[in-house]
Order: sequence, then structure tokens, then C-alpha cells
Amino acid sequence: MKTAGESFIGKMIAAQPFWVTVAVLVICAVMTYLQPASFPTADNFFNITRNFAYIGIMALGMMAVIITGGIDLSVGSVMGLAGIICGLVLQAGYPWWLAVLAGLGAGALCGIVNGVLIAYVGLPSFVVTLGMLAAARSFAVVLSENKMIYEFGPDGDMFIAIGGGEILGLSNMVWLLVAMTLVFGFVFRFTPWGRHLYAIGGNEAAARLAGVPVNRIKLQAYILCALTSAIAAIMVVGWQGSAINALGTGYELRVIASAVIGGANLMGGEGGAFAAFIGATLIEVIRNSLLMAGIDSNWQGAFVGAFIVLAVLLERIRGSRTD
Amino acid sequence: MAALELKTISKHFGAIEALSHVDFALERGEIVGLMGDNGAGKSTLVKIIAGNFPPSGGTILLEGRPVHFHKPGDARAAGIEVVYQDLALCNNLTASANVFLAREKTRGFGPFRILDNRAMNERSRELFAELKSETRPAETVRMMSGGQRQAVAIARTHLSQARIVLMDEPTAAISVRQVAEVLDLLRRLREQGMAIVLISHRMPDVFEVADRVVVLRRGRKVADKPIQDSSPEEVTGLITGAIGTA
Ligand SMILES: Nc1ncnc2c1ncn2[C@@H]1O[C@H](COP(=O)(O)OP(=O)(O)O)[C@@H](O)[C@H]1O
Ligand SMILES: [Mg+2]
Repeated sequence: MKTAGESFIGKMIAAQPFWVTVAVLVICAVMTYLQPASFPTADNFFNITRNFAYIGIMALGMMAVIITGGIDLSVGSVMGLAGIICGLVLQAGYPWWLAVLAGLGAGALCGIVNGVLIAYVGLPSFVVTLGMLAAARSFAVVLSENKMIYEFGPDGDMFIAIGGGEILGLSNMVWLLVAMTLVFGFVFRFTPWGRHLYAIGGNEAAARLAGVPVNRIKLQAYILCALTSAIAAIMVVGWQGSAINALGTGYELRVIASAVIGGANLMGGEGGAFAAFIGATLIEVIRNSLLMAGIDSNWQGAFVGAFIVLAVLLERIRGSRTD
Repeated sequence: MAALELKTISKHFGAIEALSHVDFALERGEIVGLMGDNGAGKSTLVKIIAGNFPPSGGTILLEGRPVHFHKPGDARAAGIEVVYQDLALCNNLTASANVFLAREKTRGFGPFRILDNRAMNERSRELFAELKSETRPAETVRMMSGGQRQAVAIARTHLSQARIVLMDEPTAAISVRQVAEVLDLLRRLREQGMAIVLISHRMPDVFEVADRVVVLRRGRKVADKPIQDSSPEEVTGLITGAIGTA
């Protein structure tokens, strides 16, 4: 016997990602009607999707952290550091795959520091990752000697082909986001590890009593989050053909907003891979629409800010009805 | 032979003597009501049995053999489960996900394993049926009544084939109708041969299901007798100190 809340369709309609998807479609329809010459074009589609792809990739990692009830404010800075490391390795003439590994390694290291301090030392994630936000950016500036890195060595072309290339009219980054969304969705929903993320976010003390290795899983979530920042850095450095130490500045807001707007609960225990994907999509579609409507794109910050608060407010209202 | 026997157990926290020379035995298929005022040492006793911390003195015998628990996992491996009143469930997960938390059933091959929700729901359904509870495996715990939540917590102990279940205030925060439900669950566990320690402030609950009542006062055992030889008035007196020992 199933009630409406339990059936698949009932669940889907009750979930935030569904309504965000509807919002995206409505905005696209309206924009197509208002700007038939510029909005529904292959070029614009390519741009929009590429612009939310790297934010979406980072939002997937952020989602793992948020599901456990934590937050990672350092993603933008970790992205900047990983990007500079990639640039330096390429500039020194090393092969592209070594640059990729070095970028991932830098990300993993930041994630380990965050995760150990949060999971094992027990410091609040807000404080630890705020510290990392400052520290990783500072490393990036120091390592780059505050210069742009663009004279990539012999393997630079390969790097640029990875991040800047396209397949079937979509940026490689978009395909990567799609693939990663599927993988993360699978891990979140179908593996014991994913279930334990939700358990920790739902009731950490209970998860611990039940025997969930809480500390280890939280550490892994922060490493995963930092790794997605490094992956985004690798792709964006390839796309732009240069590495600057300001890369990713302020992205933490867009990334966290994507996750929350998509339906993650900042208190933990709720969220999913598609939520990260569709949240990032909505923000970029709105930004693009503002731009096309001739509104100063600097208004984006105001919209994103309002949306985060609104999403949390909605969550609060829904929560007070069910609890 | 007793399923569990504590001999002259003491526990100090610095200068505080939380338990002093407590003897306590628990038989299979028996429910013991453990009563006492706040700070009497009930939770400390349960935590020692559950391996949260070692006693300062005394021995613990399990089926006649001395045991030393260093962590909760040791006690669990020995067949001892604790049902904590409220902190032990994840509200955002389904009943069956809670029952199987940290011991999920999976399918697949080698390291490629995915959750087998169908099997977990199926087994949970059986467990709830054994407990005659109307808890639905796929329903989220957040939506559940206090009685159903207790059924989920108890089903967890069942899954691990526990022989001894310690319940710290299981009826504290639920409605009267649900209390009856929980007491029924306890009777069913007893029928299956489990040994149960029931900590409760609620006199009627203890007198309804317990076979024996043990009273602690300021870390000392002041009574240990079959329930039919006692009365709520006597137990109240023992708890407050109006009656010395019985
Ligand atoms: N971890 C601890 N550290 C210090 N004192 C404790 C600790 N746990 C319990 N106590 C003390 O031991 C005594 C018994 O407490 P407890 O076992 O919790 O009683 P009850 O569960 O019967 O209310 C109290 O005086 C309490 O303050
Ligand atoms: Mg207590």
C-alpha cells in the first residue's frame, strides 16, 4: 500500500529539484519568446552550459559535504591554488598528465587538511574552511609570484584541448559534468558510503552509535569536495589557456547557492547529485537572461543572495510542517 | 547460569562514587526494571555493561565467563545492544535504512557493491511483523510515531541477534497509547528468550512488564526482588530513601 508521498511520482513532485527544473524550463521559454534571435541559439546554449559546468562540478563535491551537515567555504581558493599548480607544472615543460595529477594532488592536500581538522580534531567546518579560503588563495598568489601563467610548455596544447575542446556541440566540461552527476548520483543513492553521508547529516551521534565510521567518511567528503574544485580548475585553465591566481574568487557563494537552490539542506541529511546540477543551471540561466535583457550582470550577486535565503526559508517552512 | 552477572561493580568519576559494590544478575527471558532517582547511577550501570567505559572495580560475567569491554563494539559483538531513547535514529532515513545502518545488505561482485534495498526492506518487514508493529520499512522515520520509532530501534537489536538488550527510558517521550505498544514489544522480546534491562521513571510500566525490580540509590543497590513481592509504594519509598532497603 503506497501513499502519494511514497510513490515515485509523488516523491518527485514533492522534491525541490523538480520545481527548480520547472523554473529553468519556464525561464528558457520566456526568454525564447522575448529574445528569439539571441537566446535560443546554439552559441548561447554552448555558453550557458559551459558556464555552469564547472560550477556544477564543484557543487557535486560540495553536496557531499553539505549532506553530512558541513560546509566548505574554501572551494574557490582551492580551485585557484590547483589552477596555479597546473600552470606551473606545464610551464616547467612537464607532460599534461603530470599537471593534472599535480592539480588533483594540491586539491587532495587541501581536502585532507580541512577534513582532519573537522572530522578528527572536531573544529567547526565553517571556521576551518574559512581559514583554508584565506590560506589556499595566499599560496596561489605566492606560488604564481602574482603573475599570470600562460606560456605552457610542449604539452600545453593537450591541456587546452581537454578543457577547451567540444564534442557534439557541447564543451567537454559539460560532458564531464553530466558524467560526474551520474556517478555522484549513483554513489549517493546506491552505495553504503552514500547512505552513511545522509546518516551523518541526519543524526551524527546515532550514526556513530550504530557503528558508521563517521570521522573517516567526513574526511573523505572534504577530500572529495576539494578534488572537484581541482577538477574544475584543470578544465577552466585548459579552456582559458592561462592560469591566474584569482581563479575561483567568490565561487564558494555560487557553488553553495547551486547546492542549496537545488534542494540541499544546510542542516544536513538532504540533497542529491541532480540537485547540484539543476541548481547550477538555474543560476546561470538567470544570469544569462539578465544579460540578454540588458540588465547589468552585476545584479547577479543580488539575485544569487536572495535565492539562497529564499531557498533556506522555503526549507524552513517545509520543515516546520513535517516535524 | 545467568546471561549476565555483575559482581561488586564500582565506578568513580574523580571524587564522585557513581556506583559502589553493585551486584546484579540477569537471566534469559527476563525483564528487570531498573529504578532510581536522577543521579542514582542507572545510566552509569548501563554504560558499563555496554562497554562505554570500564568499571573502576568488580567483574562482569557473560554466560559465566569474565569479559572486559573496551569499546561499545566489544559489547555489541558479545550480543549486548542498547536502545537509547531518542538519539539513536536518523530522521531523514527510512525505517529499514535505520535498522540496517552500518550493516547494510549489498549485492554485486567484489568491491563493486550496491545497496540491496529490496532485501533490507523485506527483512525489516519480517522483523516488524515479529514485533507485531505496523511500521512500514520504506517510510521515513521523521513521519513516525514514538511507538514506531521504538520498533525501529528494537528491530535493530533483533537484527544483530542480541541476547541482552538494555533500554534507557524507552517510554519517556511518548504518548500513553504508544507506551502500551512499546511494552508489547518488550514482552515479545522476552518470549524470544532475550534478557532485558528496562530503565524507567514510570512506575506503572515497570510493574506491568518487569519480572524483577532493582532499585539504586546514590550508587548502591537497595532492593532486588521479584515484582510480585513488591509494590509501587515500596519502590517509591526505596527510591526516595523513606525505606532503607528491601
Ligand atoms: N561521565 C561522567 N563524569 C562525571 N560524573 C558522572 C559522569 N557520568 C555520571 N556521573 C555522575 O554519576 C552519578 C550517576 O549518574 P547517572 O548514572 O547518570 O545517574 P542516573 O542515570 O541514575 O540518573 C551522578 O552523580 C552523575 O553526576
Ligand atoms: Mg540516566
